[in-house]
Amino acid sequence: MKTWVTPGGVHPPENKHQSLTLPIGSLPLPEKLLIPLSQHIGTAAKPCVELGSNVLKGQKIAEAAGPVSVPMHAPTSGTITAIEHRPIAHSSGMLAPCIEITSDGRDQWQPHQGIDDYRHASASTLLAAIAEAGIAGMGGAGFPSAVKLNPGRKRPINTLIVNATECEPYITADDSAIRERAAEIIEGIGILSQILGHPENILIGIEDNKPEAIAALEPLVKDSGISLVSFPTKYPSGGEKQLIYILTGEEIPSGGLPADIGMVCVNIGTTYAIKRAIVEGEPLISRVTTMTGEACGINRNYETLIGTMVSHMLEHSQFDEERCSRLVMGGPMMGFSLTSADVPIVKTTNCILAPSHQEIPDDEPAQPCIRCGLCAEACPVSLLPQQLFWYSQAGDQERLEAHNLFDCIECGACSYVCPSNIPLVQHYRHSKGEIQKARAEKVKSDHARQRFEFHQQRMEQAERDKEAKRAARREAAEKAKATAAAKNSDAPSDNKTDAGSAADIIAAAQARAAARKVSPEQQQAKFERSIAGAEMRLQMAEEKLAEADDTQTDEQRNILVAAVEAARQKLEQARGRLAEHLKQHNGEQVD
Amino acid sequence: MIETIAQYPIIAALIALVGLGILFGALLGFAAEKFKVEGDPIVEQLDELLPQTQCGQCGFPGCRPYAESIANGDAINKCPPGGQATINAIANLLDVPAPELDAEHGEEADVKTVAYIREDECIGCTKCIQACPVDAILGAAKLMHTVIADECTGCDLCVEPCPVDCIDMLPVKETMKEWHWPAPPTTADLIASDLRPQL
Repeated sequence: MKTWVTPGGVHPPENKHQSLTLPIGSLPLPEKLLIPLSQHIGTAAKPCVELGSNVLKGQKIAEAAGPVSVPMHAPTSGTITAIEHRPIAHSSGMLAPCIEITSDGRDQWQPHQGIDDYRHASASTLLAAIAEAGIAGMGGAGFPSAVKLNPGRKRPINTLIVNATECEPYITADDSAIRERAAEIIEGIGILSQILGHPENILIGIEDNKPEAIAALEPLVKDSGISLVSFPTKYPSGGEKQLIYILTGEEIPSGGLPADIGMVCVNIGTTYAIKRAIVEGEPLISRVTTMTGEACGINRNYETLIGTMVSHMLEHSQFDEERCSRLVMGGPMMGFSLTSADVPIVKTTNCILAPSHQEIPDDEPAQPCIRCGLCAEACPVSLLPQQLFWYSQAGDQERLEAHNLFDCIECGACSYVCPSNIPLVQHYRHSKGEIQKARAEKVKSDHARQRFEFHQQRMEQAERDKEAKRAARREAAEKAKATAAAKNSDAPSDNKTDAGSAADIIAAAQARAAARKVSPEQQQAKFERSIAGAEMRLQMAEEKLAEADDTQTDEQRNILVAAVEAARQKLEQARGRLAEHLKQHNGEQVD
Repeated sequence: MIETIAQYPIIAALIALVGLGILFGALLGFAAEKFKVEGDPIVEQLDELLPQTQCGQCGFPGCRPYAESIANGDAINKCPPGGQATINAIANLLDVPAPELDAEHGEEADVKTVAYIREDECIGCTKCIQACPVDAILGAAKLMHTVIADECTGCDLCVEPCPVDCIDMLPVKETMKEWHWPAPPTTADLIASDLRPQL
């Protein structure tokens, strides 16, 4: 079958034979296992067990939090002894939330069962089972598999690519897995094909440095519709984009995904995990990890429980700390140094490398770039590493982006070939981080600006509202004053001093008009009330006069007589006003 | 008329040129009206570059007023939260030499900070709420206040109004998501024939 050749690439010493002399082994059950809640791309899982509770092997201990997340399961039976921040294998050396399980030594499975008759199960059932099993891409990136295998109806998949390249030196996890578990892997590929609606092409890409693995797969793929494609060994052929180009000659657009061109690329280790999840119902709680390097007496692959400490692995591999130059998680090209061996193996850990000082010496100090151009020749993505290096040093983010820094796959080929030992990839990683940070800050500052502008607007609105209220109150106060003035001017005692302003005059006039508007019935009632009052007063005065007849002096009697007379006059007046009012009112009605 | 022109071809040239001048003048005038730019684009660009903490350390009530002031010729080195990076960016935009940060307005902080209210001590006076330029403080009169850390720009403006001094500016802790690789160490310039320095 025709293969394409990617640009660039290097041929570092493979060093794969050391760890392939022994079959996949298993480590003694560790006393404690530490399961980080974030071992994948996406949101960290949410613990669903409590401190001190007992769990069985395979029991879910953390739920997926959101669509791009995976759950975590107990790798062995035991007790939850800690849910806290612990150091994990991360270049930052920061602490991350983890669940610690103290093993009870029984390694007792919880009852589990695969999907009966999975060959007739629907894709959604299978995807749900994969998501529930906590499977994330085991090639290195750790993207949740259920998400990857469900690209949506808009992107139909015509090609399924199974990545068995394993191009990085030293690592043999996939190679040994294929040798020993070829049949299960092929079954897993069958499941993938079923989920993706039986794509036209199913390709297994494998480098020609794994003849045993090829031999193990060849009889199984015959007449199965799966093509096994071997191609010349070159680093880095195992990158998703590189492999797709090698096998199909198609390139994924910059910033795009394989699904954009109708392809899905799955690591072979993931395929095996999917088979275990669907057929046996086992969640992802262990993986094949290579333990290699001259500082270890035993170089081999182990079926390692997720959460096993690196130190536990080293302990059982005759590790010699004196001889070890550094501890690397991953391979020598793309792996990263560990600052401590007390960190756990996670779902994406394919290799622990403990090289001797001769094997991987300390970094030579960097010398100036001599513009030899070897890095540009080695770059598998056809970037211009020298230019990127200059711009990276200058911190020129605009130009870095213009030179497609984000297409760099950080394979390390440029650093590997650099005669001046310039740690180019470190510069690129740093610059990528800086650009991402700047982008995040931009988003934050835009957000702050928006909030500030809104705040400003709100304050102005509040000020305007306050001003409007103040004006309304002022007006109301003036009106009240005016009505008061109007009342005063009605009364005999003249308060003409206020009447100076025209507004007051108008207000007074309005008040008078309002007073005049009292209805005739009310007026009549008022008069009637005053008549009644006057009658009462007259009666009282007359009574007083009658009582006082004997005892009082003439003078007093005269006063009382005058009071009676006054009361009578008032009554007369009141009656007169009522009569006048009635006449006027009736007259109006007649008119 | 035509005869005169034929006699003095210079007149034809003059008429043609004046005609063209009037035509293009009208076109330009029309374009200037039609495609008139609203606002001052340089202010927008400057505002984009400023860090939007709205802290007022530059002496202006917010980032935009400072951007307007720069556009009118003010010094570009008055923004401590933006630091040298912002000064460089503005210098680049305006094509002027980049000065050092003016120490009068404050020093560039190494770490970002975020306001934190010691809630037990808060008396609910709402003074910090009024001071916050981005409405990042939540609370009501006589009720405890708290800072929405995600919205806080670390501008410091709420610290001073607090009558019981219960607001601290805490450094923002870097999370694993924000962490990125540090720059590789710069080594002295060596050439291949130099001996390896004793490290």
